[in-house]
Amino acid sequence: MLAGIRTRDLRKIYTSPPALASGGGFGFGPARSKGKKLPKPEIVALDGLSLEILPGEIFGLLGPNGAGKSTTAGILTTRVRPTAGQAWIGDLDVWKEQVAVKRLIGVVAQRPNLDFALTAREILLFHGAYFGIDSHQRAERADALLDRFKLRDRADQMVRGFSGGMMQRLSIARAMMHDPQVLFLDEPSAGLDPQTRLLLWEIIREYNQSGKTILLTTHNMEEADALCQRVAIIDHGRNIALGTPAELKASVPGGYLLRLRFGRHSPELLQRLQTLAGVTEVRANTDSQNNDLQNSSSADVYADRGGPLISEIANLASSANVELCDVHISEPSLENLFLHHTGRSLRE
Amino acid sequence: MNWKTFFALLGRDAHVARRNIIPVLLQTFLQPLMFVFIFGRVMVSSGYMPAAYKSLLLPGIMAISMVFTGVWAVAMPLIAEFQFTREIEDRLLAPMEISWLAVEKVFFGTMQALLAGLVVIPAAWLLLRPGVDLNLNSPLSFAAVTLLVALFSACGGLALGCSISQTHIGLMFSMVLTPMIFFGCTYYPWSALAHFPILQKIVLINPLVYASEGLRGTLVPQFPHLPVAAVLIVLTIFDALFLATGLRQFRRKAVS
Repeated sequence: MLAGIRTRDLRKIYTSPPALASGGGFGFGPARSKGKKLPKPEIVALDGLSLEILPGEIFGLLGPNGAGKSTTAGILTTRVRPTAGQAWIGDLDVWKEQVAVKRLIGVVAQRPNLDFALTAREILLFHGAYFGIDSHQRAERADALLDRFKLRDRADQMVRGFSGGMMQRLSIARAMMHDPQVLFLDEPSAGLDPQTRLLLWEIIREYNQSGKTILLTTHNMEEADALCQRVAIIDHGRNIALGTPAELKASVPGGYLLRLRFGRHSPELLQRLQTLAGVTEVRANTDSQNNDLQNSSSADVYADRGGPLISEIANLASSANVELCDVHISEPSLENLFLHHTGRSLRE
Repeated sequence: MNWKTFFALLGRDAHVARRNIIPVLLQTFLQPLMFVFIFGRVMVSSGYMPAAYKSLLLPGIMAISMVFTGVWAVAMPLIAEFQFTREIEDRLLAPMEISWLAVEKVFFGTMQALLAGLVVIPAAWLLLRPGVDLNLNSPLSFAAVTLLVALFSACGGLALGCSISQTHIGLMFSMVLTPMIFFGCTYYPWSALAHFPILQKIVLINPLVYASEGLRGTLVPQFPHLPVAAVLIVLTIFDALFLATGLRQFRRKAVS
């Protein structure tokens, strides 16, 4: 059975610090105030998110920390109760048919959550047993996964002593153990070395080719670009852009982004930049604190070329008697797209 | 209900307990057996305690061992697995209604508490002999009391484990378990509190009182004790109360 993912107007408002299900930090009890009842602080994590992910698709949720990616994954994996709205895996309502949904999904959490009392192999075997796989098949699958994830030589050691990368690999192997139709990966390559990341990407693509749906959350645009067939960009719990990585990149005016910093603010210079051939948009950065502090001014130039424009910009600046202090060129990327939509960098 | 999953979870807990058998045994039996040795043997043979104290002490020690084991077996893993290692997440995603995971923990904790209680009897008897005067007149009420005590300790462990954060584990022992043990009629019968009438009423909110008095009433009925029927009723109420609270807290922790 092929299963897609759908959400309709999902909202989630936390009234206490998000618990472990949504990838928050260490848990702490709710602060109790005696006497006067203070209104609980409300954190809006999701603000009407609607998504439709096709069966057999690798779909990326891209956004900065706190955008609502993990909460979305939490709702879709039965671990977070939506405040409003609905979510489906295949035809199953996630909140109402939790047990049936849990059979269809495999989940890799943002932070490793391996069973520290067990060895790597036992983790896979017990996970298989929870899903009712018979012992012969369980052993076979565990061996195959340990091989695929290059964990064979550590298979019978306790996971307590594993490195972060090994734990991450084992978490993904465990999620694949019961051969789920839909795989959720929350920041799968965070903290992995480049080599392991490539191995992981290869395995994800391979799993997808067997018809499985994969939902990936990431703030690494390179990863979204490399793996995802479609990407939704999320910010403040809302979907702000949706499409294939290529479509999204094409939607950024010009594609190239040149971030410039000048010695002083000069509106006429910015106007003249606009007239250069290939420049589609010039934005003065007014919110940046650097402007006042360092007595300088910065601007973002969207254009259809990068390097070749620099000499023309430098000429314009010197003729306007403005010093060009800093230049940064980014090629067309999801990062630029995010910046274009939100005015903020993904890493901020 | 998905029994395959339930038994697989039990299998996992049994496997881990087997692996940690030595520390588990030390943690369960060392303290009660030292207590039995000092109070039952040293103090009695030196004449500071009457010989009859041996028999009076045994049911109390049994109650302490069971409650400690049950609470520890359920609460400690829950606190760690929810907060520190988060390893419970994988089991919460097993294809089963999540409350059954809590039920599984309670079942396993109850078994461990029963085992602890039943091992303390022969161990203490060996340490204390001669002079332990056990009168098991009604094995059925003894079994009922023992089962209810084991269940109450595991349910209490569930409620505590899902309500207390990692930083408050020390507090749980000093503020909850230690007063419970000292005011739990473990080292003395409830009637011994007759000189402290207010305290005698207050300790009745302590479930351990019913555990030790119930075991006293069924193991050494020659000593004064609360009526066994009343003990059975109150323990049943405590069991239901702790289970309901524990399940509610568990769901609250598991789903945000």
